Amino acid sequence: MTEPMTSPLVVASPDEVGDVTFDRSMDAQIRGILKRYPNQDAALLPVLWLCQDRWGWISPGIMAAVGKRLDLAPAFVEGVATFYTMYQRRPPGKYLLQVCTTLSCQLCDTSVLVDHLKQKLDIDFGETSADGLFTLVDVQCLGACGEAPVIQINSDYHTDLTVEKLDALLERLAGQ
Amino acid sequence: MSDPILLRARGLKNSRSLSTYCRLGGYSALEKALSMTPAEVIEEVKASGIRGRGGAGFPAGVKWGFVPRDTAKPKYMICNADESEPGTFKDRELIVVDPHMVLEGIALASYAIGANTAYIYIRGEFVDEAQILGKAIAEARRKKYLGEDMLGSGYDLDVHIHRGAGAYICGEETALIESIEGKRGLPRLKPPFPAVVGLFGCPTVVNNVETLACVPHILERGGAWFAGIGTERSTGPKLFCVSGHVERPGVYEAPMGITFRKIIEDLCGGMRGGRKLKAFIPGGSSAPVLPADLIDTAADFESVAQAGSMLGSGGLIVMDETVDMVWALENLLAFYAHESCGQCTPCREGSDWAVDIVRRIHRGQGRQGDIETLHRIARFASQGMTICPLGDAFCGPISSFLEHFGHEFEEAISKASSMTAKALPILPVQSDRELFGL
Repeated sequence: MTEPMTSPLVVASPDEVGDVTFDRSMDAQIRGILKRYPNQDAALLPVLWLCQDRWGWISPGIMAAVGKRLDLAPAFVEGVATFYTMYQRRPPGKYLLQVCTTLSCQLCDTSVLVDHLKQKLDIDFGETSADGLFTLVDVQCLGACGEAPVIQINSDYHTDLTVEKLDALLERLAGQ
Repeated sequence: MSDPILLRARGLKNSRSLSTYCRLGGYSALEKALSMTPAEVIEEVKASGIRGRGGAGFPAGVKWGFVPRDTAKPKYMICNADESEPGTFKDRELIVVDPHMVLEGIALASYAIGANTAYIYIRGEFVDEAQILGKAIAEARRKKYLGEDMLGSGYDLDVHIHRGAGAYICGEETALIESIEGKRGLPRLKPPFPAVVGLFGCPTVVNNVETLACVPHILERGGAWFAGIGTERSTGPKLFCVSGHVERPGVYEAPMGITFRKIIEDLCGGMRGGRKLKAFIPGGSSAPVLPADLIDTAADFESVAQAGSMLGSGGLIVMDETVDMVWALENLLAFYAHESCGQCTPCREGSDWAVDIVRRIHRGQGRQGDIETLHRIARFASQGMTICPLGDAFCGPISSFLEHFGHEFEEAISKASSMTAKALPILPVQSDRELFGL
């Protein structure tokens, strides 16, 4: 299988998402989401996804705007946004390296990749490289254990990885 | 090996297109079912004996039968595609290879229970897979296999995709329902069961992707045909996802009751590098681990239960002789400690303390009494002490690793320096990280 070419995330700066309003296109999308459910509370997860696709992460300002739009208490929105691990609460780099560290991947030497990445990028889990390109996080089972080791970069799965393949991949990403 | 049923389209060009699916006989079961009554559809599925493929193994037809027929409330069908059990990756394969098979199953189940709205709850990481399903839904709607007045029958069904956002617990059906409702994924107390009070307070059925993918075949070829495959009480074909130390990991289809030896040695080409098998986890990481000498166990619900584990999702994790079992248990417990929703004390605290102890043993700082403490945690967090089965899910590994590989834990503890062991308190995970400079 050919590896997908991952496109960089669009990540808004904290200033850009301090105080958020939804433009017409986003509002139309929110109305589309609301049609799928009998009540508007249920739109919370998809609307948070919409915001993360647009701004790259979920800032406090975004949570407030979502709460207002869906008529939910800010604390409730924050409670939901913090429960799910995929909503980023800090701006990530352009490429979010999500390394599966669960058993099946570990049996296939994920830790070699992790050590390599940490050294190469000079960061630990939860950190972003100095050039702002790569954020490294450890994640739980990605559900692609037959192709271990697996790293999800932004939304794409990269499977059957080796140090060499990973190096080539990072080089391509950094160059685009 | 007989011809594949669920994976029949794997390897075909454009396997996921509607035209390929129809060429292989797809949607004929739906056409047939729409001329039957919903009760007849349920009877056929009951006759097949199919048991849920998500892990619990509850008979699907019986589950559908629990939905009250005489209610004014709307009913909902949910397809559980939140595949997150470590070692499990079959639903992803089904969606990627043959999304229409899953959709036809959803349509049949919805018709059977009288739902006009269905949701596919798919884990947030599966971005491509959600797009594949979205495309398939649009295609099916255009041809009237979904949507209003399906195939001129007067029956309407809308199917929506709801993406999760990273939470293992949302694979549990009531947590999944909470998550669709826009809340944190905290499991609900049962009863009431979702069939009576489920999504938005209405009768709801939640079925796994693979279960639903079997349904078109059951309707097309009959419940009796399906019941003739596999064993008497575990019927039909099953997808086995094999990961770890085998030559050819991947998703394989075989009748229920095939032995693990056949799966590992024949389907997967044996152990990687010709090494020796040490242990295998037969049904996703929550299933108790089994030692190599049980490799001739048959992969069906009853036989695996008799061997002391469970068939679960069919996620087979294979470990060779090089694996340190203390390390393996630490890895699994770290998963559960991370994924516990925090609602019930025994699970929230127990999973954290257990990983802390096992990590300490693994770091050469184990203490006398640690094994007894682990047993105590396993007693205190399992068998009904928690709202959902996540408690059991991490206690099963603890008990089974200690039962079959306890000597490795004892050895690690006896080798530990008594000085460090005494100096170190047992701490929760976060503090533990700092303490050991992890």
